[in-house]
Amino acid sequence: MTLLTDLPVSGNGQPVGASQLDVAADFPILARPVHGRRLAYLDNGATTQKPLAVIEAERRFYLESNANIHRGVHWLSQHATELYDAARATVQRFINAAHADEIVFTRGTTEAINLVAQSWGRAELRAGDEILITTMEHHSNIVPWQLLCEQTGAVLKVVPVSEAGELDLAAFDALLNHRTQLVAITHVSNALGSINPVAELTARAHAAGAVVLVDGAQAVAHQAVDVQAIGCDFYAFSGHKLYSPTGIGALYGRRSILNAMPPWQGGGDMIRTVSFERSTYAEPPQRFEAGTPNIAGAIGLAAAIDYVREVGIERIAAHEHALLEYATAAVDAIRGVRLVGTAQHKAGILSFLVDGIHPHDLGTILDAEGVAIRAGHHCAMPLMTRFGIPGTARASLAMYNTLADIDALVAAIDKAQDLFGTRNHG
Amino acid sequence: MNDTGPDLRELYQEVIFDHNRQPRNYRPMPEADHQADGHNPLCGDQLTVFLRIEDGVVKDVSFVGHGCAISTASASLMTEAIKGKPVAEVEALFHDFHALLTETPPPERDFGKLAVLAGVREFPVRVKCATLAWHTLHNAIVGAQDPARTE
Ligand SMILES: Cc1ncc(COP(=O)(O)O)c(C=O)c1O
Repeated sequence: MTLLTDLPVSGNGQPVGASQLDVAADFPILARPVHGRRLAYLDNGATTQKPLAVIEAERRFYLESNANIHRGVHWLSQHATELYDAARATVQRFINAAHADEIVFTRGTTEAINLVAQSWGRAELRAGDEILITTMEHHSNIVPWQLLCEQTGAVLKVVPVSEAGELDLAAFDALLNHRTQLVAITHVSNALGSINPVAELTARAHAAGAVVLVDGAQAVAHQAVDVQAIGCDFYAFSGHKLYSPTGIGALYGRRSILNAMPPWQGGGDMIRTVSFERSTYAEPPQRFEAGTPNIAGAIGLAAAIDYVREVGIERIAAHEHALLEYATAAVDAIRGVRLVGTAQHKAGILSFLVDGIHPHDLGTILDAEGVAIRAGHHCAMPLMTRFGIPGTARASLAMYNTLADIDALVAAIDKAQDLFGTRNHG
Repeated sequence: MNDTGPDLRELYQEVIFDHNRQPRNYRPMPEADHQADGHNPLCGDQLTVFLRIEDGVVKDVSFVGHGCAISTASASLMTEAIKGKPVAEVEALFHDFHALLTETPPPERDFGKLAVLAGVREFPVRVKCATLAWHTLHNAIVGAQDPARTE
């Protein structure tokens, strides 16, 4: 890893410009050409690439440490269990949870949210109770609540967003009431990049007596997250958007709440005793980890967190922020381009529309230039409906992106406009 | 996956741009006796196909909706290709057209203007865009209740 520490710095010691990080060499896949071109991977909102350190950690686990956990008296099993427990502690420190047993390993954000809905939600919600979400939620923070509403008779309420893609805080306050049992909000919008003031919203929700779940899928890789500072009761994220393997993620749950929650899946490892009359359940987090978990994935996730800490999450945030500013200015300057999502506080996500070119066509043309973006509704169909559009083209950043990636994006949009003959639109 | 990159000009031929900019038979048809909605959830493409069938022959066909250039042009070209044709022939054409985009088309079939969509072959994820209108047409003909999906 190369940190370009000798770049010019401004008066307050902050690096100037967008290229203070240079870590692409740590991510082997970035060196492979796509369609004979240099790859500009700008689909990090969907999933990030993995550094060699993570790939090696997973490989090393299978080469040297593989066994099932919590089950064997033999050395390897104990060794694997230690690694798995250490991974949990790594996640705990990363998001500053108070206790390691507040971290439940899941398949990812989606499973974490479904866990809360089916365990906490089914136990706590009654007909007429309200769940407050926002227009900018990913389907995975909408559909589990709709299922829960069908099961319990609870009612889903939705906070609107402004034209710029910011939450309507007055509407949030107005919708919050004594029937609100849960507020489920995204930390960072995957489609717009808007960063929500989750600590402030949590405080307001708690004052109204509601429990708070924060969807951190698009946040953890891009800014420092401190669940105690946010004050939320649940925080969900996916490892694969944090430079980890797929199939692993975590749910943070405040200890007092997790302790009171019933199991949601039954099986091995989540019990204390089993008889045909009655079973008793293990303490959290094991209570929520039925069956053999993704052990290698947890170890990969811990390796990814170690890697992120080594680079420095603050540096990553600063780098991506500078890149976003550069990209926003460059893309906005293209004639016929309209940005979707211009919130004041944004993470490294740039959604846009190009006049006369459907996002899907744009995606194909950019791909032919080696520029990987996502085109479509980004699993946020209600948000697209809010803006009256079928979808957008979305470039989303990660720590390894560079000015050259943004320049490739701009050049490829230019090429698309040439091909479609729409350069003079707008 | 070929290394040199797909040829965009093969996919985006002039005819496609033309039909995307000025889709033919683009209008609702209140007097339609068959119609169906189609939806491609992957990219949000959405369209409605209207038909008027008399004595087993497509007397009139039109569509409305929104989508990418490939799906819009394909819908437009489809309406031109099937107007005046017997329904059985239209269904056979769909079958062969699908083969044109995915496998080996029957050599005896003359696709006319539809042949410009053969470029989609090199872009497998776009096949659904090119066939959405046809799936929807098929549903309109057989009177299926659910919207057509390209899944
Ligand atoms: C904001 C947000 N929430 C939830 C998810 C779902 O994550 P996963 O598919 O990893 O469970 C995503 C990613 O697709 C997301 O961007």
